[in-house]
Amino acid sequence: MALLEIKDLEVYYGAINALKGISFDVEQGEIIALIGANGAGKTTTLHTISGLIPAKHGSVKFNGKELTKTPAHKIVSMGMAHVPEGRRVFAQLSVLENLTLGAYTRKDKKEINDSLERVYERFPRLKERRTQAAGTLSGGEQQMLAMGRALMSKPSIILMDEPSMGLSPLYVNEIFDIICEINKSGTTVLLVEQNAKKALSIATRAYVLETGKITLSGDAHELMDNDEVKKAYLGE
Amino acid sequence: MSFISNLLNGISLGSIYALIALGYTMVYGIAKMLNFAHGDIIMVGGYAAFITMTANWCPLWLSMVITVTVCTVLGVVIEKVAYKPLRSSPPLAVLITAIGVSYLLQNIALLTQTANPKTFTSIAAGAPPFLQVFSGKGAVFFQTNPYTEEGLKPSLTISMETFLAIVVSVAIMVALTLFINKTKAGRAMMACSEDRGAAQLMGINVNGTISLTFAIGSALAAVAAVLMCSAYPQISPYTGSMPGIKAFVAAVFGGIGSIPGAMIGGVLLGVIEILSKFYISSQLSDAIVFMVLIVVLIVRPTGIMGKKISEKV
Repeated sequence: MALLEIKDLEVYYGAINALKGISFDVEQGEIIALIGANGAGKTTTLHTISGLIPAKHGSVKFNGKELTKTPAHKIVSMGMAHVPEGRRVFAQLSVLENLTLGAYTRKDKKEINDSLERVYERFPRLKERRTQAAGTLSGGEQQMLAMGRALMSKPSIILMDEPSMGLSPLYVNEIFDIICEINKSGTTVLLVEQNAKKALSIATRAYVLETGKITLSGDAHELMDNDEVKKAYLGE
Repeated sequence: MSFISNLLNGISLGSIYALIALGYTMVYGIAKMLNFAHGDIIMVGGYAAFITMTANWCPLWLSMVITVTVCTVLGVVIEKVAYKPLRSSPPLAVLITAIGVSYLLQNIALLTQTANPKTFTSIAAGAPPFLQVFSGKGAVFFQTNPYTEEGLKPSLTISMETFLAIVVSVAIMVALTLFINKTKAGRAMMACSEDRGAAQLMGINVNGTISLTFAIGSALAAVAAVLMCSAYPQISPYTGSMPGIKAFVAAVFGGIGSIPGAMIGGVLLGVIEILSKFYISSQLSDAIVFMVLIVVLIVRPTGIMGKKISEKV
């Protein structure tokens, strides 16, 4: 059984059919990339999985449990974290407060502190700036904070929406290195990216989304050599 | 001496405004709506206190507990019934609904309590004044007419109601600040007020947090109702509307959405109102209050403590 199984998922925004019945699955330990142009439905897919948008049809099964009828705030404690597009850190709150909110659903203080130490080890810059308001961090640092905040819930899967958006090339490389590290330490990753080249280079498998439908799928390295993908997404 | 007395009366009235303004500002910050029925919750609280206090079987403490409970439940029920179904509607629909709820409460009060104002007995009735100052004798605390035999009249009197309003409000504001900053539920409120979606992704129950906000805001309104009706001992179905509007002004004045802003705004508004009543004109005092608001909004459109928006994209 796959860790995350999406079947015939359909989503509407009013009359607009944003997802036209997509199906895919994510196995334990993988990095799955979801690539596609603007408006293809990548963010919609992630929002539907984590319960921010209701699904019209279809199912999302996580560890065998149906998520489409579960309220968003109950999904976190089931082991799913979501790093939203545009980071969405709590700008007025300090770095530490943001991280603590990441562990909102957890109870054990000692374990939360252990997680905090691990996040600080992975992102030393967050430790340096822990008392600073999150809104004063640079874009790259905010991305790190958003990732650290997600890790604080001790997820088995982490959904990442455009983590490289608006970052300098140096930061982009750093963020992708971190995603690989997070994955190596046992967390499954579902990655949505416009930077298809980067995403395919670290993913195990990938799906290509076009106007609400999955048009291509397969091994990430094979997709990199696919002519259509090369033309449409890799700019070659 | 009269200046000190006016100042303290202003701070006292302002503390009551601050309690009401906190309800406005917290609901605005978290539910992103202006709850124009908030003032009428004060009125309901006033009647709840009036009815229970005039009943023989009800001791004062129980009457206070009932008043706070009635308002808290009313606030949560209004949110669930009237506002929650409109959570994703345009803000204008919610605003009009809030005005509708306000009229509904006023008319229920008119129907059941009639339009005749009732005389409210102060919760501090019979208690000595908090402070009296006699020239040549100094200050006397908590005593009724200590120098009547010598024919001395106090040059400054601070009533028990004035004193209670300040002490109770300050205690509540300190408790609220601690609650927001130190507890998990308080942090969840801050998170919801900044970004509801992101708060959900942290596992925060947004609907629960909004209910909690309405509960706290309405409980504060209940306390304000008792303090206000004690200081200005009359109650009618329209009792809540003017203080409601003033408190809304105070919240905007301080920067809507900001909790310290509502506190500062409320106190400032009370002081300005009482001082202008005494030194300028008692008829013009409301006009002056609103004029100050206009000036503040021209100079600082986000209010005194308003958030400067500095987000990175």
